[in-house]
Amino acid sequence: MDFTLSKEHEMARALFKEFAEKEVKPLAQEVDETEVFPRETVEKMAKLGFLGIPVPKEYGGQGCDPLTYAMCVEELSKVCGTTGVIVSAHTSLCCDPIMTYGTEEQKQKYLVPLAKGEKLGAFGLTEPGAGTDAQGQQTKAVLDGEEWVLNGSKCFITNGKEADVYVIFAITGTVEKRGRLQKEISAFIVEKGTPGFTFGTKEKKMGIRGSSTYELIFTDCRIPKENLLGQQGKGFNIAMHTLDGGRIGIASQALGLAEGALDNTIAYVKERKQFGRAIGAFQNTQFQLADMATKVEAAQLLVYKAAMAKATQKVYSVEAAKAKLYAAEVAMEVTTKAVQLHGGYGYIREYDVERMMRDAKITEIYEGTSEVQRMVISGALLK
Amino acid sequence: MKIVVCVKQVPDTAGGVKFNPDGTLDRGAMLTIMNPDDKAGLEAALRLKDQYGAEVTVVTMGLPKAEEVLREAMAMGADKGVLVTDRVLGGADTWATSTTLAGAIRNLEYDLIITGRQAIDGDTAQVGPQISEHLDIPVISYAQDIKIEGDSVVVERQYEDRYHVVKAKMPCLITALSELNEPRYMTPGGIFDAYKQEITVWGRADLKDVDDANLGLKGSPTKIAKASDKVRKGAGEKVSLDPDESVSYIVDKLKVKHVI
Amino acid sequence: MNLEEYKGVYVFAQQVDNEISSIAFELLGKAKDLAKDLNTDVTAVLLGSGVKALADQLAEYGADKVIVVDDPELKDYRTEPYAHALSSVINQYKPEIMLVGATAIGRDLGPRVSARVATGLTADCTVLEIGDFPLQAVPGQEQLHNQLLMTRPAFGGNTIATIACPYNRPQMATVRAGVMQKIDPIKGAKANVEEFNPGFTPDNKYVEILDIVKSVAETVDIMDAKILVSGGRGVGSPENFKILEDLAEVLGGTVSCSRAVVDSGWKPKDLQVGQTGKTVRPNVYFAIGISGAIQHVAGMEESDIIVAINKDADAPIFDVADYGVVGDLNKIVPKLTEALKAEIAAAKA
Repeated sequence: MDFTLSKEHEMARALFKEFAEKEVKPLAQEVDETEVFPRETVEKMAKLGFLGIPVPKEYGGQGCDPLTYAMCVEELSKVCGTTGVIVSAHTSLCCDPIMTYGTEEQKQKYLVPLAKGEKLGAFGLTEPGAGTDAQGQQTKAVLDGEEWVLNGSKCFITNGKEADVYVIFAITGTVEKRGRLQKEISAFIVEKGTPGFTFGTKEKKMGIRGSSTYELIFTDCRIPKENLLGQQGKGFNIAMHTLDGGRIGIASQALGLAEGALDNTIAYVKERKQFGRAIGAFQNTQFQLADMATKVEAAQLLVYKAAMAKATQKVYSVEAAKAKLYAAEVAMEVTTKAVQLHGGYGYIREYDVERMMRDAKITEIYEGTSEVQRMVISGALLK
Repeated sequence: MKIVVCVKQVPDTAGGVKFNPDGTLDRGAMLTIMNPDDKAGLEAALRLKDQYGAEVTVVTMGLPKAEEVLREAMAMGADKGVLVTDRVLGGADTWATSTTLAGAIRNLEYDLIITGRQAIDGDTAQVGPQISEHLDIPVISYAQDIKIEGDSVVVERQYEDRYHVVKAKMPCLITALSELNEPRYMTPGGIFDAYKQEITVWGRADLKDVDDANLGLKGSPTKIAKASDKVRKGAGEKVSLDPDESVSYIVDKLKVKHVI
Repeated sequence: MNLEEYKGVYVFAQQVDNEISSIAFELLGKAKDLAKDLNTDVTAVLLGSGVKALADQLAEYGADKVIVVDDPELKDYRTEPYAHALSSVINQYKPEIMLVGATAIGRDLGPRVSARVATGLTADCTVLEIGDFPLQAVPGQEQLHNQLLMTRPAFGGNTIATIACPYNRPQMATVRAGVMQKIDPIKGAKANVEEFNPGFTPDNKYVEILDIVKSVAETVDIMDAKILVSGGRGVGSPENFKILEDLAEVLGGTVSCSRAVVDSGWKPKDLQVGQTGKTVRPNVYFAIGISGAIQHVAGMEESDIIVAINKDADAPIFDVADYGVVGDLNKIVPKLTEALKAEIAAAKA
């Protein structure tokens, strides 16, 4: 077992880090404060291929492995959680299902511009009455001649109004399973601008405030028949498999937030003096930092392991769930401690740890709460 | 068009200079980067490639580890990399370095050679012009803009209070200022591709038309008599004087330090 | 190479638009010291077109002899004709020391000439002295005397190296502008002026100057400024920054400020130094009325020289200042500006 990264991965990390420091960090505070989507940053990332890292080159991507992608989200999130999730939602939740389940035509039409960053992607599963419980879906799709007609709404959609291509889940009928009637769910590709597809309210959030989180509304929204993604009725599986990948992205975001908070805190305690000494000279500070650093590294190992599993295994649900569960909880713990070690300065917006703590909370919630991750992990244990 | 770009791997002095407890520089703890002026030179070459079409070959001299800057250059878009490395080349001053690089470049075809103005570790700005002398081609230093016109280059050559628009027939050597441009980033896919490519590695035996007497530490006319790391400073002096005395105190200190 | 043949301290007397650059006088000042130690004389090498009349000025600043290469090819600086002229002078006259200013011209000319005459060149020197190489006698190695010892900073100023060029001649150095002292000019001094023309045959290395564009000064980014005059809340009001601006102007510096000043709306954010502003490392940083909170210090502690003026003797800024002055900035700063103005005027005269 070798825990050293290859030279390629090291260099890729250096690239992401340099980009994050130079292009993303200077805007992080403003993006949070103004809640404005960092469109220019997204365009810069598009030019560099950051929006298609794990997509094969023949589909306009960079042809890199999931680990490289995870490191990109990690480094971006070290300085700006918003930017991290924009890349994660686009890549894991939109490019990835089209790559995995799309027809060649769908790949050419949607994946290529997505991977090149000419278009931005989003994913619509959650509904007001159905978050974790995918069976609670209400959005319906009915085939009418050559078109599917969508009705219903999706909420808390990351990249909501900013995206161009959406992977949307809807009920297409009912099936009998073990004697019970269940909703049959299918996945669709919906383009922005399709008549009947509109946006509801923009959510005002605690953290990741620059990410555009919207309600999507479908009112007799007609999409071509060929925009069915994967087989009809396989939507639930597609959603779950996609979320396995998404969780690696969110785990990477959480990891980045924890690392960013730790880095800031290390720098701060060396400079901040109380009682005539740098606060880093106090044993309490030292022990706190030791715990933070240890947990951050443990989280990193889990995240990287899950990313490697995605590259080599067909199923990696448990690896992804463990990575997300642990990284998210570490992110919350480490950012909270970081604020504490910054004292009063940690509570004011001028210092990045204040934002990081707010950003961290969502990682325990979206793409499966920590409780859902525990269900996935324990479910596999007791199978 | 064929462009040769010379790059150097240097410690990242801007990214935080690390010190040993005794106040000396901790070189091992410092990250290495592609020298910023060289990176601007590479970017200039890549822009010429984008605009006019060109083959860009990157050459570096250094330890085997310097291969990293070649990979980085290739991940940015350079076509080929040449690493010149040999124990006998170590300890070279600018004369021996320029002799070595000229010996390597003689093996390559080129219309244009671009180097950075200077490296952030040595700050000498000598290697570029000296290579041009060894190769007997024109040099235009301190380039802030580069254009191609037929078989010539037209360069804005910076001086303290002006610039000259200078035209030279190729082959020609240009030294680039980091102000010349904003170098592009690598791409993730470019990095992985760069590591799949072959890098040419040359040693002493591969250098063309050079004399052993002009290589490495032995072939360096300048010799280091003494080197010391500047000790990091702490609190200096503090005085409490009347205003006129305070003024003379500051003026005297600025004089001693050659500020005025 | 017979090193004994090489005699005299030579200075490249840079001129631009037929006006001698200040660096040439500075080099002559230093050359005089070196020549004294070596018991030899100082020669200025003047290259240009229609420049012969400038020789007297060089004499006033200490040149015993002036070699003039006057040729239309040398009208505006171009590497090749200048390199040809200077290396021809070196080959003809065989100086033991050749000093060149570390200017945009000298840093191009120096390396090209050193490569042509096959000698070493030490760049951007800040100290030049005559001494032994090796500095201390080493068994089994001959200790050479009367060597030029050239000291220069490297690694962005983090290391200092002293370099010798013991086995090649001339010993060449480029020297930073503003470091060496010129002598008080000796009015009416005359040098032995000698004209020399090696002949110029234009070839592909003679580049063509299509245009010369003189630049106008632009506003300086505080991160690029060599001298920063930085004010804190102690300055008292936005209007009172005038006294800092006056000081900055005299020194060719730029005004910057602390976070408190930006928060008070006195100055724009792009002038803010510190953790949440910009990190600066100028040659000189004046911290005026700045207490020196760690957030501020983090952005300026790597400045070469820090001068602090603050009325609070316990202000933390004094922990990082090289020269701390406890006192009233309103009384000290205007006087300092006047005193510096007078010093600079005197130095120019």
